[in-house]
Amino acid sequence: MSMFEGFRFRRVSSVIHRLDPRVKFFFVCVLFVTAILFSKLPPLILLFFVPLPFVLAAGVQREWIRSMRGALFFAVIIFLFNFVFTYFSTQYPQLPSASLLERSLAMTLRFLVLVESFSVFFLTTSPDHLGLALEQSHVPYEFCFAFTTAVRFVPVLADEAQTIMDAQKARGLELERGNFLKRVRNYIPILIPLIVGAIRRSLELAEAMESRAWGASEKRTNLYVLKLKNADYLLAFGSVLMLIFAVYVWRYVPVPTLITLLRL
Amino acid sequence: MAVIKTRDLTYTYPGATKASIKDVSITIEKGEFVVLTGPSGCGKTTLCRCFNGLIPLFYGGKLEGEVVVAGCKVVEHSIYELARHVGLVFQNPENQLFALSVEKDVAFGLENLAVSRDEMRKRVDWALQITGIEDLSERSPHELSGGQQQRVAIACVLAMQPDVMILDEPTSFLDPVGAQKIFEVINELNKELGITVILVEHRLDLASKYANHVIVMDEGKVVLDGEPRGVFNSEKARLIGVGVPKATRLYQILGENGIRLGRVPVTSEEAASLLREVLKRD
Amino acid sequence: MIEVKDLCFTYPTGVEALKGITLTIDDGEFLAIMGQNGAGKTTLVKHFNGLLKPTKGEVVVDGVTTGEVSVAQLARKVGFVFQNPDHQLFCETVEEEVAFALRNFGFEENAIKKRVDWALNLLDITQYRQTSPFMLSGGERKRVALASVLAWDPQVVILDEPTIGQDHQQKEKLRQFIVQLNAQKKTVIVVTHDVEFVAECNPRVVLMTEGKILAEGPAEEILTNQKLVAQASIVPPQITQIFLGLSDFGLPTNVIDVHEARRILLDILEGAS
Ligand SMILES: Nc1ncnc2c1ncn2[C@@H]1O[C@H](COP(=O)(O)OP(=O)(O)OP(=O)(O)O)[C@@H](O)[C@H]1O
Ligand SMILES: Nc1ncnc2c1ncn2[C@@H]1O[C@H](COP(=O)(O)OP(=O)(O)OP(=O)(O)O)[C@@H](O)[C@H]1O
Ligand SMILES: [Mg+2]
Ligand SMILES: [Mg+2]
Repeated sequence: MSMFEGFRFRRVSSVIHRLDPRVKFFFVCVLFVTAILFSKLPPLILLFFVPLPFVLAAGVQREWIRSMRGALFFAVIIFLFNFVFTYFSTQYPQLPSASLLERSLAMTLRFLVLVESFSVFFLTTSPDHLGLALEQSHVPYEFCFAFTTAVRFVPVLADEAQTIMDAQKARGLELERGNFLKRVRNYIPILIPLIVGAIRRSLELAEAMESRAWGASEKRTNLYVLKLKNADYLLAFGSVLMLIFAVYVWRYVPVPTLITLLRL
Repeated sequence: MAVIKTRDLTYTYPGATKASIKDVSITIEKGEFVVLTGPSGCGKTTLCRCFNGLIPLFYGGKLEGEVVVAGCKVVEHSIYELARHVGLVFQNPENQLFALSVEKDVAFGLENLAVSRDEMRKRVDWALQITGIEDLSERSPHELSGGQQQRVAIACVLAMQPDVMILDEPTSFLDPVGAQKIFEVINELNKELGITVILVEHRLDLASKYANHVIVMDEGKVVLDGEPRGVFNSEKARLIGVGVPKATRLYQILGENGIRLGRVPVTSEEAASLLREVLKRD
Repeated sequence: MIEVKDLCFTYPTGVEALKGITLTIDDGEFLAIMGQNGAGKTTLVKHFNGLLKPTKGEVVVDGVTTGEVSVAQLARKVGFVFQNPDHQLFCETVEEEVAFALRNFGFEENAIKKRVDWALNLLDITQYRQTSPFMLSGGERKRVALASVLAWDPQVVILDEPTIGQDHQQKEKLRQFIVQLNAQKKTVIVVTHDVEFVAECNPRVVLMTEGKILAEGPAEEILTNQKLVAQASIVPPQITQIFLGLSDFGLPTNVIDVHEARRILLDILEGAS
């Protein structure tokens, strides 16, 4: 079940949650681009700290830490891969140098920054807000509808899968019995009711949509409009500044490595 | 004035060998509270689908005869045109709510009809207020109990201000008090807003006190159609196995034993006051 | 015998669904568990066949603590029919569906055949033997689900919300069927909020609210107690309501059955005249 927990968005409200998702997305993209621009450790370390105030202001530290912990596994793999691969392709048989270590760390940190910025976005943007942003970015309505319905029904289907599993266990089904092939077959009594149920559900859903005038007019109206507020302008402005600054530094300022910084 | 009128309505689902409803001719007057009942599989849901055009447009199949709803011949209109006149609430609330917040769900139909934002806001708030769920407007459906979800489903339909509201076993998952609250809401829509209500229900003990018109179906045909007391007290209802209210049943059993009450009771209050008269007389 | 001792259960989501339940269910008993939506009824009965294990306290079935054995072992003794038959039907034919559990429990082919015949016959669905369960009506699917559980002849049968969406006749059949099972000394546990159905069956009733047991006793006693009934979000049966309205005539108020009501009224009226 924990696999689906991420979809159960908790309705919390904070300054960060109320920001316009489009602006937030722009901010995340700027972070993303900046992280790609730099490959040295010091700017990436700085960059890692940029989203932290947002995490704290939104009060999602716990979820954030959980998602970072999840990313750690991949981070370790990326580090090892970079380190070992570069070592064998360039320096072998000398001892690994400090700069190699730093470069591998930088790559890892870049990955972490990317994960971090996206997790901040998804942790502080409710799916319905996101759907709304999609709608108002002229994404076709059918697509937005599919997105919100999927988010809506993932937990419902997860619950249903649990109930079906219980019902079959009550009839003596043991999932962890037999060899590999048998185990796969054990899931048939769960999959069939689940699929049949999903089909029936989608029919009922279609019926309900039709009954509520689905497709009545070419130009749907919308209960909500996303409107940029002061905080949104502020964030957008900040993001643009940050982007300009990053590009400037990247183009004209020689960025030192951590090692040279430490030597100074 | 009749809001719904059918003449010799017969319908067969695509691929089915047998008609699911046969020669149904009924008239439902404006402002009535109709309870539609009958054994499982007798075609109640099928008949409801004919009233808002799901049959034949969504289901296909073969429809003969005529249905006129709020002055529109059903076969000549699309489902979304009919949606302005007829609202349908289904049994399972879970599958009727597809937005991520209550408000958004209630607005769904209005958005489809391209109602202006101000008007929409007004109607959404109105529908939430009448169904008593203003304080839930920001919640998402999976955070609601079954009873709350069913209220949302009613609000969704109500916001479109239909002339007729059809509810297909809307309370079967709810506990009796929850069901009673839903019936109260429906009754208010009927009595105060004058919306015609068609309620499909098996549990007549709870629902029939609100009705002023009962239709009983069996094997696709309408077998009884009229005022509740007459219908519940008829021999036919008993033979088909309609679960008539216990108050009516008691009346019949006492009658068989030579004790006549003044008239046919449908609710416990009525039965009590009728028995009171008899007991006083002795 | 099922003994529930100070049972608490919290779902992984943090919902405290059961808060200290103590209950004993004797062999051959007929028990109805009633209460409002979300009271924890389903959660409680899922402990009886080990689908859920107590967070605190224990459940003992015939001397075996449910925490110590697998669901499959307990299921042999405790059959559980889920509310929605669509959650368990998956085979191509009704016959296969009924045989499924028997295969899981390792019955011999010969015995399986006999038991399938017996269960199909018991529920009056022999004519659908070779039909796909998906082609059947709601009521019939429910009976297939019931047959598939009764086939292995469990000592305890649990029915979760058996009356939802069922018409009066089907309910009456179900009632007779339960009475029949009960006569064979099976323990039958029904989870429901269908008051009229319980009034017709007259079992022992356990009322639950918010994860606790509110009251237990014979149906006539529990369902006619207005205060208790209101606390559990249910409504007294219509006959009871009538008699409560006549209490100033000195009539008993613990009546739930129409025929009992007739007897009492006839006694008074004929006695008077
Ligand atoms: N989508 C469908 N395709 C084919 N046949 C159908 C379909 N829906 C219902 N039927 C059949 O039409 C008949 C009437 O079904 P309907 O669902 O209208 O009954 P109902 O009175 O609503 O029953 P219940 O009380 O169980 O809801 C049944 O025989 C059923 O099998
Ligand atoms: N799988 C689950 N995960 C988390 N919480 C659950 C789960 N199943 C039930 N609950 C919660 O546990 C509580 C008790 O639920 P349960 O299903 O036992 O109630 P119930 O008495 O059977 O209600 P109903 O009459 O609606 O069937 C409810 O608050 C419910 O939301
Ligand atoms: Mg139906
Ligand atoms: Mg339950």
